Amino acid sequence: MEMTITEKILAAHAGLAEVRPGQLINAKVDLALGNDITAPIAIELFRRTGAKNVFDKEKVILVPDHFAPNKDIQSAEQCKILRTFAREQELTQYYEVGQVGIEHALLPEQGLVLPGDLVVGADSHTCTYGALGAFSTGVGSTDLAAAMVTGELWFKVPETTKLIYRGELRPWVEGKDLILYTIGEIGVDGALYRAIEFTGETIESLPMAGRFTMANMAVEAGAKNGIFLPDRVTKQYVKARAKRKYCFYASDKGAKYEEIREFDVSNIEPQVAFPHLPSNTRGISEIGEIPIDQAVIGSCTNGWLEDLQTAAKVLRGHRISPNTRLIIIPATPSIYRQAMKDGLFEVFLDAGAVISPPTCGPCLGGYMGVLAKGERAIATTNRNFVGRMGHPESEVYLSNPAVAAASAVLGRIAGPDELDHG
Amino acid sequence: MKFRGRAWRFGSNIDTDAIIPARYLNVSDPEELARHCMEDENPKFVKEVKQGDIIIADSNFGCGSSREHAPIAIKAKGISCVIARSFARIFYRNAFNMGLPIIESGEAVDGTEDGHELEVDLDRGEIRNEMTGRVFKSSPIPPFMQRIIDDGGLMEHIARRRN
Repeated sequence: MEMTITEKILAAHAGLAEVRPGQLINAKVDLALGNDITAPIAIELFRRTGAKNVFDKEKVILVPDHFAPNKDIQSAEQCKILRTFAREQELTQYYEVGQVGIEHALLPEQGLVLPGDLVVGADSHTCTYGALGAFSTGVGSTDLAAAMVTGELWFKVPETTKLIYRGELRPWVEGKDLILYTIGEIGVDGALYRAIEFTGETIESLPMAGRFTMANMAVEAGAKNGIFLPDRVTKQYVKARAKRKYCFYASDKGAKYEEIREFDVSNIEPQVAFPHLPSNTRGISEIGEIPIDQAVIGSCTNGWLEDLQTAAKVLRGHRISPNTRLIIIPATPSIYRQAMKDGLFEVFLDAGAVISPPTCGPCLGGYMGVLAKGERAIATTNRNFVGRMGHPESEVYLSNPAVAAASAVLGRIAGPDELDHG
Repeated sequence: MKFRGRAWRFGSNIDTDAIIPARYLNVSDPEELARHCMEDENPKFVKEVKQGDIIIADSNFGCGSSREHAPIAIKAKGISCVIARSFARIFYRNAFNMGLPIIESGEAVDGTEDGHELEVDLDRGEIRNEMTGRVFKSSPIPPFMQRIIDDGGLMEHIARRRN
């Protein structure tokens, strides 16, 4: 039977020659990931089963990135649960503050996730690794606990929606705009329970950072996973990082898709998602006058080095508006170091921004930039639900890093074309 | 299994930040989480919910984060089951795995208003609206998942298999 890339990876991990959509399978996982919010519950469940050891101490990864460095006493207690468990189980992949980065940028960067892998993580944005041609999906703490004990998990094989992108990207348009535009078209449950396969000539020339951004937000359309067919761009990214074998899968020509959609990207301008859903998108030319109090550039969606480079390009030679705060969060320590070496921090500090250590922080209203009542932010993050970044009466608008940077300078939501880039 | 309670009606795309805002995720104690369940979405809910009450919502209930704190908060609040036109997939898995009954039934959603009294018979897959007398059918649960429920949740299911 001819299969999609998602079906092939699931079949290989279930020890089956073939699988079909709707089939319930038990599959081996290559990695099981938890963070400081979801792992404490999983660890308690793990202990309750009476299991002595995790299935593989190199394959259970704990990343305290949400509220670390600890934001308060309770979060300090949660992080301590991870630290204690990691020491007791001798986990090789526990990341302490100083080494820790935002999980979904950290794992690919460290070469821990590779093409062809099956990865589960107790975090909804675990789908990010689909950018590498892996099957990865978010699960809850109970699923994580089950995977920690057995190294396996049950899955329902998803149907696949194939998205084809054609044409050349306009200036300042990148992966973030493609995925926001797509969610605007198909809706926040447009790919519910399904796999999304991102394909087409535009995708073939999209850099890894843009692919990570798109796969990251597949869950914002309800998808189980978002996946790219690995190619030379993937190979370039993984070859220096991989410490074990990996496998490039491809979809068969006759593979069956539940739905196929095509997008002509040459018509897409930078996108902004209005409160309170990622699907409330508008082109930058259609937004009107929206003053902002804060801009955030970072997160597992847009905290990559390329995102910081784009922000610096827009900010160079400008000061942010006196009415706006700009918070920049490099996603990992090595992105942080590289940005510093490349002189990007100088640009950010000259512009009046503050640079945070790697953390999820403000994206989920944790800390490091929580909004007050009535405040409004533009952010390169992934969700703009009610109260997502703080007070229930605050607002979040989602955009790419160039738009967020230009908005910080002008004190209102604006595209980078409104600024002079000397 | 049978439940009876007041229906609390919610709209589409009720996200996990609405079910339990992230500002409370520095703890995982069920009772503490329950105190803030849906507080931004409907402040009346958290004050007036009674043991056994039922959440009835439109499509894509539980979208967003993978936080299991969301079904934990709902269950600890005393909600007996959630009925929706559709569920976001991680929430669906989480609810199953931890033993919060959930039912997909567009008919029941269309035929129920806030405050209606409902009786749910999980074994027969029936939802009865006591106000209107109408009976709705829910989609059957796959046998594999039924076994997880019968064992009392995923961890118990695994523990049983290990022994």
